[in-house]
Amino acid sequence: MRYLAAKTAREAAEALAAEAGVTRVLAGGTDVLVQMKAGLVEPDLVVDIKKIPGIATITPEAGGFRVGAAVPNSVLGEHEGVRTLWPGVVEGANLIGSTQVQGRCTMAGNLCNASPAGDAVPGLVAANAVARIAGPDGERDCPVADIPAGPGKTTLKKGEVITSILLPARPARASDAYLRFIPRTEMDIAVASAAVSLELNADGTVKAARVVLGAVAPTVVVADAAGKALVGTKLDDDTLAKMAAACEAVCRPIDDKRGTVAFRTKTAGTLAKRAALIAYARAGGSK
Amino acid sequence: MSLDEYRKREFKQVGQRVRRPDGVDKVTGRAMYGADATAPGMLVGRVLRSPHAHARIRSIDTSAAAALPGVKAVLTGADLPVQEDAFVRDVQDNCMAREKALYDGHAVAAVAAVDAATAKAALKLIKVDYEVLPHVTDVDVAIKPGAPVVQAGRTLENVPAGMSENVTSHCEFGHGDPAAGFARADHVVERHFRTAATHQGYIEPHAALASVTSDGKAELWCCTQGQFFVRTLCAAIMGMEASQLRVTASEIGGGFGGKTTVFIEPVALALSRKAGRPVKIVMNRDEVFRATGPTVHTSMDVKIGMTKDGRITAAEAHLRYSGGAFPCGTVDMGAQAAFAAYDLENVRTYGWNVMTNRPKEASYRAPGAPQAIYAVESVLDELCQHFRLDPIDVRLKNAARKGTKSSYGPTFPDIGLVATLEAAKRHPHYTAPLKPGQGRGISCGFWFNFGGNSCVSLNINTDGTVGVTEGNPDIGGSRASISLMAAEELGIPYERVRTIVADTSSLGYNDVTDGSRVTFAVGLATIKAAREAIRVMCGRAARIWGIDAEAVEWKDGAAVPAGPNAGKFPPMSLAEIAAVSFETGGPIAGHHEVNVDGAGVSFGVHIVDVEVDRETGATKVLRYTVFQDAGKAVHPSYVEGQMQGGAVQGIGWALNEEYIYGPDGRLQNPGFLDYRVPVASDLPMIDTVILEIPNPGHPYGVRGVGETGIVPPLAAISNAVSRSAGIRLSELPMSPPRVLKALGA
Repeated sequence: MRYLAAKTAREAAEALAAEAGVTRVLAGGTDVLVQMKAGLVEPDLVVDIKKIPGIATITPEAGGFRVGAAVPNSVLGEHEGVRTLWPGVVEGANLIGSTQVQGRCTMAGNLCNASPAGDAVPGLVAANAVARIAGPDGERDCPVADIPAGPGKTTLKKGEVITSILLPARPARASDAYLRFIPRTEMDIAVASAAVSLELNADGTVKAARVVLGAVAPTVVVADAAGKALVGTKLDDDTLAKMAAACEAVCRPIDDKRGTVAFRTKTAGTLAKRAALIAYARAGGSK
Repeated sequence: MSLDEYRKREFKQVGQRVRRPDGVDKVTGRAMYGADATAPGMLVGRVLRSPHAHARIRSIDTSAAAALPGVKAVLTGADLPVQEDAFVRDVQDNCMAREKALYDGHAVAAVAAVDAATAKAALKLIKVDYEVLPHVTDVDVAIKPGAPVVQAGRTLENVPAGMSENVTSHCEFGHGDPAAGFARADHVVERHFRTAATHQGYIEPHAALASVTSDGKAELWCCTQGQFFVRTLCAAIMGMEASQLRVTASEIGGGFGGKTTVFIEPVALALSRKAGRPVKIVMNRDEVFRATGPTVHTSMDVKIGMTKDGRITAAEAHLRYSGGAFPCGTVDMGAQAAFAAYDLENVRTYGWNVMTNRPKEASYRAPGAPQAIYAVESVLDELCQHFRLDPIDVRLKNAARKGTKSSYGPTFPDIGLVATLEAAKRHPHYTAPLKPGQGRGISCGFWFNFGGNSCVSLNINTDGTVGVTEGNPDIGGSRASISLMAAEELGIPYERVRTIVADTSSLGYNDVTDGSRVTFAVGLATIKAAREAIRVMCGRAARIWGIDAEAVEWKDGAAVPAGPNAGKFPPMSLAEIAAVSFETGGPIAGHHEVNVDGAGVSFGVHIVDVEVDRETGATKVLRYTVFQDAGKAVHPSYVEGQMQGGAVQGIGWALNEEYIYGPDGRLQNPGFLDYRVPVASDLPMIDTVILEIPNPGHPYGVRGVGETGIVPPLAAISNAVSRSAGIRLSELPMSPPRVLKALGA
């Protein structure tokens, strides 16, 4: 196994593109190192991107924030600006692992690990976040929603590395929330999860809504009909019931050791309801 | 039974919360655990494990592995002798498969190599030709005729006809006429229950370093609850004399019963003998889950009849336990413990031990009792709900007391159940208001406790300090407790006593640290060793004073003349006698060797408040109080720790912990991510109330406290869930999907 600490994104991309064997990108390493230790992957080349200048910083951009691919989630969680603008994204990212893991793990890593249960991903997708990707042929931008392709799989091409994620600007009276269900209270993996991002009208009715579900399909699911069900309402009980039903309708989970199809489906709707109410209150809505 | 040991006394040291002797080493990382042992020229041992739940091993080709540079030894079952003794044979076959792999994770071969990477590469070069056989991992399937047979020819004669060969033994306990009793009942409830296998979940994985020399001597360092039993098993497997194998127990990172046998120790020894170099094997977590000793999983039917005023008229239990791929006797303990808390006229329990393609069960805190008592206490609670009776009042009405003929035979001496129930009833927790949607459950628990073989050497050092040498690894504060008891008896400060755990060549045989026996039995031996040392010291003082030894007695840490007729001499302290010991007859020591009886059973009562989230099925534990009879709490903080630890492990068992097998017979969750022990944030503070009803079998009244605490939580939480959510679950764990399904949501 070879280890390369890349000095530029281009160097990382070129090295990854040139390697014929198994490659892994190392940022926090909280997935890669665990998988290597468990013998699940034996990479020929590990490219460390942490040392690329600027890759571990959070920068204001066009009213939003550009979060570097190597920003640890604990640093993200202490960033007042991001926390105020996208509290749901931050609370999702901060649920990953333990306090120790938080000091290393990153949102970009969570995205690239491509677990359907990744806690950072639903919030990013609900936020319409955009990943900046360096490749051997240059940079490109891609919506976060288009990156997961299935369990352990992404749409990134050989040699491509995510270098940052842009959390966009948002109007006043807007907020978001993320909830997951785990059988314990921490140190666990989502059995089902939901992120809801809302924008309100001046009268407190929902102007726009985006509902995203995790751990209920091979990738995160954008529940369009669930989001639409909220528009024009103040989240009355009937609306929430309709939204939950719309969530259940798009779930395609599996039965496994962590939960049953029925449980995951039902719980995804429940979490979406609860997350919607939190996001609504955060956006300044009152019923 | 020795029931005349106890003498009431005023304690000066026992009962104090003194500083623990292992604390600094543990918090600074200096403590030497199993994996910390090293030896010059040490090799890395690794074990190849079966990926199949059940397979005949047609052949194993180790030639490519043996030829790999850096590999110094390769081992298979064919390298070990065929054991005549069935018990040793089962232990050995569990450590290394012979003919058949009996469960996912069963060891089939092992290598020793110069480093971990070489050992890992060598494992991949071993070719095992398996004939995959049909498997069975569920007790209810395995018990039926026609089920795949795990091992043939293991059935004892007392097993009724018409069952699968997987049923290895049957037991029956009780008295009276249950049928007549049920006929007298105003209401009878009969329910079926199932409980999942759980693992002890100790944080320290098994580790062993073995060194066998060419002249046939061997050293073994390992983490174990019983170095003497390890020596017995390994000497038998290796064909060695006990004197030639010295076993040293490391500091231990949790055991809970799971480290009372061997898994990798004989493998490390056999590899070392073949390689001619020391070999260390450290299990990873996956191996710990797949190939050590979880609990039995069970299927049970319990039937109880009650009059409308709450008197039990008859009780019956049918218990089917599976302890994995080998015969085990755990159901016998479940069948004896099931109704032990109650004074019953008509009671009968029946048990069947059943083999399945799962790892061989090991002990786990009160083995066999939590499951049976979960079922019994659940049915009892349902009857209380039916008649709208207070659950503590009903238990008090039926409680076993001094003189009760227990459901398993013996008549109880002084026991603490009634006092414990009364303490629970008086406690503010029991009457604290609950919010809507919250529920309160209670359950009794019981464990036999054990005494056993114990020997202790107590040396009086010339500077007036004392060294106690005992032979039981300290898994629950026994060094502190033993030092306290020695200090109490000798009348010197606790700080002047240091207790160490000796290797197998330094002391006579000591039974394993199990059955909550050490503070009781080793404590008794320590007190008697101290008394022996006192006798010697009194003799030395008599010699100095020129009076008869009988005219000297021991008081407050010093020899004094027994009365005015003995003469007038100032007291001679332990330190003063020790300082001149070389001139008065030589070093001073006390010894005691005994097979201790009279352990004294222990009862506990738990109260728990929970709230069930009706939309997700998640159960939150809001408040928890443990009441337990400790006889005498030698070091109350450790006693509370045992009570809290037992409760927490029981909470995990009740709510989330389970061995999950796939249709392929493979364990689906061999890691702490998906085998969910509770984390700190899942739990409220576990409050404790220690009762002290002296055990007549111990000089200070001590009872074992380590195991009873895991027994009540299963039913206490199930009963609380029932009262919170209006549903009665009969399968553990009560994981959120199961609860949500029961809620019909």
